[in-house]
Amino acid sequence: MTSTWITTRAWLLMLPLLIVMVAIIGWPLVDTVRLSFTDAKLVGTEGSFVGIDNYVKILSGSNFQRTLITTFWFAVLSVSAEMVIGVLAALLLNQQFYGRSILRALMILPWALPTVVNATLWRLIYNPEYGALNAMLMQFGLIDAYRSWLGEPGTALASLIVADCWKNFPLVALIALAALQAVPRDITAASMVDGAGAWSRFRFVIMPYLAGPLMVALVLRTIEAFKVFDIIWVMTRGGPANSTRTLSILVYQEAFSFQRAGSGASLALIVTLLVTVLAVAYAALIRKSAGAS
Amino acid sequence: MERRSLTATILVHLAALLLLVVILAPVVWLFIMSISSTPDLIAKPLHWWPDTVDLSRYGVLLSSVANSAGEAFVASLFNSIKVAGMATVAALFVAVPSAWAVSRTPSVGWSLYAVIATYMLPPVALAVPLYMTLAWAGLLNNVFGLALVYLTILAPFTTWLMKSGFDSIPREIESAATMDGARLDQILRLITLPLAAPVMATAALFAFLLAWDEFFYALLFTSDQRAKTLTVAIADLAGGRVSDYGLIATAGVLAALPPLLVGLFMQRALIAGLTSGGVKG
Repeated sequence: MTSTWITTRAWLLMLPLLIVMVAIIGWPLVDTVRLSFTDAKLVGTEGSFVGIDNYVKILSGSNFQRTLITTFWFAVLSVSAEMVIGVLAALLLNQQFYGRSILRALMILPWALPTVVNATLWRLIYNPEYGALNAMLMQFGLIDAYRSWLGEPGTALASLIVADCWKNFPLVALIALAALQAVPRDITAASMVDGAGAWSRFRFVIMPYLAGPLMVALVLRTIEAFKVFDIIWVMTRGGPANSTRTLSILVYQEAFSFQRAGSGASLALIVTLLVTVLAVAYAALIRKSAGAS
Repeated sequence: MERRSLTATILVHLAALLLLVVILAPVVWLFIMSISSTPDLIAKPLHWWPDTVDLSRYGVLLSSVANSAGEAFVASLFNSIKVAGMATVAALFVAVPSAWAVSRTPSVGWSLYAVIATYMLPPVALAVPLYMTLAWAGLLNNVFGLALVYLTILAPFTTWLMKSGFDSIPREIESAATMDGARLDQILRLITLPLAAPVMATAALFAFLLAWDEFFYALLFTSDQRAKTLTVAIADLAGGRVSDYGLIATAGVLAALPPLLVGLFMQRALIAGLTSGGVKG
């Protein structure tokens, strides 16, 4: 078999996938770009070419800026909490204790729970009149009146982050645990003989094994958090007073609630661009850290 | 094993207990809500354990009496199964040949990165044209239309998983068969695909769960019982005027059951997948 034939055969085998990808990803993406320069409505009018008007309006508008900041805080706070709690949980799960294998198995539960079910569950927990959180804090005497956790701008975003974190930190923990189990026993033993304390053992002996897998988890989680829609839509729909409105929610409102397909498309492309920048920056970071270790 | 002082051992057990409570409490509470009577759920102080176990809501949701909450729920359950099933089969159909081609022909490997890169795309980037096209083709509020859209997520994902699956099957086995005079289709049918069956099963399961979980496209592209999926039905319940919190919790338990069972029983395969970075967050 010649190598040309092998290459041709490979392309032929990939043809169904490529056709599908072009039809349902490539073409829609290109059409989003086209729409972003028009004032098209979702239904009815085709719209006419308006140049970069949509972009100018969005970037100079306060809605976009405020939403970008909300998205930033959501992503940074939830992802960093997930990483820290996840690593701590993994260090714990790597110790000897009774019921360890059961606890390790149970860690999969929050991850397996569908996102919408998770959001619904926490919405019930935070319920201002009958929710479990209010009931529990009241019984412990920590609050003296029921509060509307998702109904007040001051607590809504934090409450969402807790719900998101609960679902996602076990994933980080499982990834970190798998990395910890790859640390050779004799290295940790040797460092103890050499008198390394707990912190320096973690920092200099264990951390190098964790860095790679954790970096991948960080990248994937940050990108996911930046695109977040489901949990917020189900729990607050971006409210109260738009205090939990993230970029994807804003695109949804613009393109589908207000049916402004043109400016919705420009907004969607701005989000796409931001996610791409994140992904590329992270990819470079991973390559660098992989080269260093 | 390093020696620990008694204090350290106690601390580790306390921390493990705390982690156990954090992980279990919300899930268990969802279940308790589903079997508590409404008076127990709205009592103050709250009854953490119901006075009487009330399983009636499971009956309500799984009944198919016309115009009941059950009818809508059962319809959405079947829609979810249909959409996720069709999308999974279609995704494997396009992913398996391409994954094998990429695995055996490194010179076309770059195309795989292009495919994986699309997985990072936010769904909002495609939503508007997809909506317009589905509307034009009469596929809005249709299980086939939604399954087709789900391929945007499932196809790159399964290709990625299957490629690493094929990578772990030595190509020497295939070359040996070629030398014995086997044709390519025979090799694939009799040797490679049977060897790849476990990976294919894992990929199918993951893909099914991914589609089962999906909410954004389902919210946009479905509007009534003909195509609404479980996730949309539950979001409707949670955001609607239903004041029976137990009923919402019951719907959640039923929707969560398949992925939770898969998660618990497929632990090993899942973690292998997670650590190779092959899973959504």
